[in-house]
Amino acid sequence: MTTSSTYDVHAIRAQFPILSREVHGKPLAYFDSAASAQKPQAVIDAQARYLSHTHSNIHRGVHALAQEATEAYEGAREKVRAHLGATSTREILFVGGATDGINLVAQTWGRTNLGTGDCIVLTRMEHHSNIVPWQMLAQERGFDIHVVELNPDGTLDDDQFVQHLNRGPKLVAFTHVSNALGTVNDVKRWTAAAHDAGATVLVDGAQSVPHLAVNVQELDVDFYTFSGHKTYGPTGIGILYGKEALLDAMPPWRGGGEMIGTVSFENGTTYNELPYKFEAGTPHISGGIALGAALDWMNGVGMASLTAHEHVLTQHAHARLAEVDGMRFIGTAPCKAGVVSFLIDGIHPYDLGTLLDQLGIAVRTGHHCTEPLMDKLGIPGTVRASFGAYNTVEEVDRLAEAVARAAAMLR
Amino acid sequence: MASTIDPRQAEIAEEFAMFGDWMEKYEHIISLGRELAPMDPADKVDDNLIKGCQSRVWLAAKRDDRGHVHFAADSDAIITKGLVALMVRALSDAPAADIAGANLTFLDEIGLHSHLSPTRSNGLQAMVKQMKLYGLAFTAGG
Repeated sequence: MTTSSTYDVHAIRAQFPILSREVHGKPLAYFDSAASAQKPQAVIDAQARYLSHTHSNIHRGVHALAQEATEAYEGAREKVRAHLGATSTREILFVGGATDGINLVAQTWGRTNLGTGDCIVLTRMEHHSNIVPWQMLAQERGFDIHVVELNPDGTLDDDQFVQHLNRGPKLVAFTHVSNALGTVNDVKRWTAAAHDAGATVLVDGAQSVPHLAVNVQELDVDFYTFSGHKTYGPTGIGILYGKEALLDAMPPWRGGGEMIGTVSFENGTTYNELPYKFEAGTPHISGGIALGAALDWMNGVGMASLTAHEHVLTQHAHARLAEVDGMRFIGTAPCKAGVVSFLIDGIHPYDLGTLLDQLGIAVRTGHHCTEPLMDKLGIPGTVRASFGAYNTVEEVDRLAEAVARAAAMLR
Repeated sequence: MASTIDPRQAEIAEEFAMFGDWMEKYEHIISLGRELAPMDPADKVDDNLIKGCQSRVWLAAKRDDRGHVHFAADSDAIITKGLVALMVRALSDAPAADIAGANLTFLDEIGLHSHLSPTRSNGLQAMVKQMKLYGLAFTAGG
């Protein structure tokens, strides 16, 4: 069974050095890309080349290295802009990751716009990183949080969304793809409805940018954030996209060098222009450059091919795992990306994960940082297999066989 | 004074040395989990719950007239429960001071030390800490 005549998964795998290692004496089958994707040689090389050849601090140096490093870093920002289809690099902020991006919006836009009597809308399927920053701010500012619940298949309840919109929320913040269920949400439709209701829209793209082509202008979202390490890039770097008018109106968050216009004890301090207003201190330069390389790598594979390949893997995983007695899938939305979450009757996910690890198979077990979702479903967690560009149909077969074998031991 | 714990650890290590591969070892742990004496429902309460990130562990302790501490424990995950059973076997019905001062090496010897790692977040590490605290508390209490 091949995924597509043009998608050479073995050639892709060969670009990931880590995939040739063994775990517990068995070849590694890595199904934890939703937690963090592995890195292709092109990304490893880009970061190493920068560190061994180009490194300097950026933006103000007059010497050659400072200029080259600045060009590489700003070049990466332009790659991100092009990848997301943003109008201008002024709308592309380098942040630490999606968590950092959401905290930035909460602490600047949120602190300016949300207060007593206001409300915002979140969903049941949000990662803790799109819940806790809002709870922390709500505690301080006294606004309400309304939660859109799920349908049994793991899609969001549209009717309830409309009801919450009728309350006049200032913000709707939701994930593009659920990290625990794999559900792909209709960002364009929800964003249009939220805008009609007068709300600003933030979308958590941590689980979508690795799998789908995303165009922020087409989606018309106000804020969109993702993490570099889930898109085959380094940890500690990510992106916050924001519409220029919104970012312009927002106060800075972290103060320091780089984000200022002029600093004076006597005459006050002014702030730099976008995007630098939000980038205090020396940034993660090598990370930004390697993130640019990671997006280049993904575009080299082709986002459409990648999406199609992962769709085949997800479908195949559903079909093969369904053969295991007592299998219960958590999240069966018609449109899913990258994730298959499941439980087996009478078996704790931790036990299954432990035995799969012994078989060289890396999955994630637990609540996946979505405790409100797990509580609502009344389960302690799930076993989650998540897919990347490098996974093969044969590996999925190995997963299904290993799950059956582990389940037999645990029954 | 010789510890009552060390001979038990040696016995467990010897028992596990018989297994040829990981499957036999885990099958044994799973059967130990199944054989663990059920916990009194009155003890299986939130106050006795050790919060692990993934598997939950309950632990109760009491001291008898001889100053020995007896543990009862349970877990919702069977592999964790098997490891819990090993801990109970090593530490239960021993003098409080022996428990407080126990140097637990048997998980290392049987190649299961990773289960005590905090990244496992199975509640086992916290359980061992709690068992020793009980040992300490019962020692101090006379």
